[in-house]
Amino acid sequence: MSFFDISHLSCRFDVKDENGDVLMTNTAVDDLSTRIEKGTFTAILGTNGSGKSTLARHLNALLVPDEGTVIVDGMNTADADNLLPVREKVGMVFQNPDNQIIASVVEEDVGFGPENISVPTDEIWKRVADSLQRVGMTSFRRYSPNKLSGGQKQRVAIAGILAMKPQCMILDEPTAMLDPQGRRSLIDTVVELNHREKVTIVLITHFIDEAVRADRIIVMHNGTIRMDGAPRTVLQDEQKLAQLGLELPQAAKLGAMLREGGIDLPAGILDGRELTDEIIKAWKRAGH
Amino acid sequence: MSVLRFEDVSFEYAGSNGELPVKALDHVMFSVEKGEFIGLIGHTGSGKSTMIQHMNGLLRPTSGRVLLMDKDLADGSWTRQQICAHIGLVFQYPEYQLFAPTVLEDVMFGPGNLGMSEEEARRHAEQALERVGIQEDKYERSPFDLSGGEKRRVALAGVLAMEPEILVLDEPGAGLDPAARRSLMELFMQLSHEGITVLCSTHSMENIAEAASRILVVDKGRIVMDDTPAAVFSRIGELEALGLAAPEMTYIMRDLRAAGIPVDLTALTVEEAAQAVLKAFGKQAGQDGERR
Repeated sequence: MSFFDISHLSCRFDVKDENGDVLMTNTAVDDLSTRIEKGTFTAILGTNGSGKSTLARHLNALLVPDEGTVIVDGMNTADADNLLPVREKVGMVFQNPDNQIIASVVEEDVGFGPENISVPTDEIWKRVADSLQRVGMTSFRRYSPNKLSGGQKQRVAIAGILAMKPQCMILDEPTAMLDPQGRRSLIDTVVELNHREKVTIVLITHFIDEAVRADRIIVMHNGTIRMDGAPRTVLQDEQKLAQLGLELPQAAKLGAMLREGGIDLPAGILDGRELTDEIIKAWKRAGH
Repeated sequence: MSVLRFEDVSFEYAGSNGELPVKALDHVMFSVEKGEFIGLIGHTGSGKSTMIQHMNGLLRPTSGRVLLMDKDLADGSWTRQQICAHIGLVFQYPEYQLFAPTVLEDVMFGPGNLGMSEEEARRHAEQALERVGIQEDKYERSPFDLSGGEKRRVALAGVLAMEPEILVLDEPGAGLDPAARRSLMELFMQLSHEGITVLCSTHSMENIAEAASRILVVDKGRIVMDDTPAAVFSRIGELEALGLAAPEMTYIMRDLRAAGIPVDLTALTVEEAAQAVLKAFGKQAGQDGERR
């Protein structure tokens, strides 16, 4: 059985004028159907306004369908009795950590979630310590969150979700505020959670290089799924990605420019390391 | 004359619950000339945002001075209003500060506060909205009905409408898709060409390598490097030790050179890198990737 079963989901927002009259209706998600399997790592790519965040908010019942159904591990999110169990199973990390932190001390913030689901006190402290360590924030546990930087707060927010031990974690552009190493180590943490603890991961992102490590990439545009498959397959179609407003990683662009310039390189290279190796091979083939 | 100068600036946040104060800035010294495009890079928590909040007097140094056109921001030489007229500060996620019922009114708020007549404020607002690419049919819409990228542009227009001489940007591209991010960066480069001084903090080494004329690297509240992008990004090992990275092209050039391919190590952008590799292979590069 699939963990998420989304069937003919549509979501519309009315744009209203000052008097509350409807000016126009925006369709954020448009008759979308897909399944996401337990234990997989799925990346959802798309530009601003493609509908990917709206879809994500349906996955833990922050939004419930106007039309269509969303089933989470056998539970229909349209049934109000299922809201709490769904949100316990599916943790969500947002882009801006300032909107997710509520306590005045870091460790209390991380403990808030498990406390709310009646985890025994000893166990809460164990989970808090463990979660903070996994995001590298142990030395800040007594700090006030408002004295932390954006990236540090994001780590605290992630620790707060880890402490809930969710079966699935949805991350909505979690690296938007992080520095390059913070970005890499966050993605490493996510990959590890998926591989080692079999947490189902849905990563929403603009950045193709973050999506490369997923099992499956879904590309959204105007509220519909436009591409869906393994990273290698999806990312091979450079033209279509560009049409959908996505930019290839710099290494891929360089590879394409060098091929155009007459250097003999294979198509579809995404990674800088791989490109470097291929350029060196081409250099040797050219008789140097 | 420098337009903005930090003179031995230190800043401490008071400690809570009897803890020691946190030193966020530690003897920071630099000066900015008119028309420069400065990139501020540093890992999260390095002190970039604290530094930025000193640039328009939102925070005042625990010791040292911040000078705008050679006059101290903190000693009463400048009124709040004068500071805002000179320095436009765009915070992280500026769209959270949108508040007015319509886009146009929101952008007019800043110039209105500087004492402009309604007509003048409207003219400034319309110019700024045009600059950031918001079409006229959106002027009477609620800013909250716009997409994330559009909201960001409206918030930026609110600052541009005050016609600041210095534009200070704290992670302006965070959360935008790569195309939107690049078009914002292009706007800042254009403003810089028109003589506006730009200081921009970012985590995107690729974007800033292309845009900035000078880069300040911040670590533990201190400035540890202050140089051209090419010089700063050639120090890959040191940057990594600080939790940073160089643009992806820099790594590729370094590894190619190590393998014996004679490429130009200072190539930072994709265009420059392509040119460097094609040249090494003895192929004609299509266009010249000249850097300004």
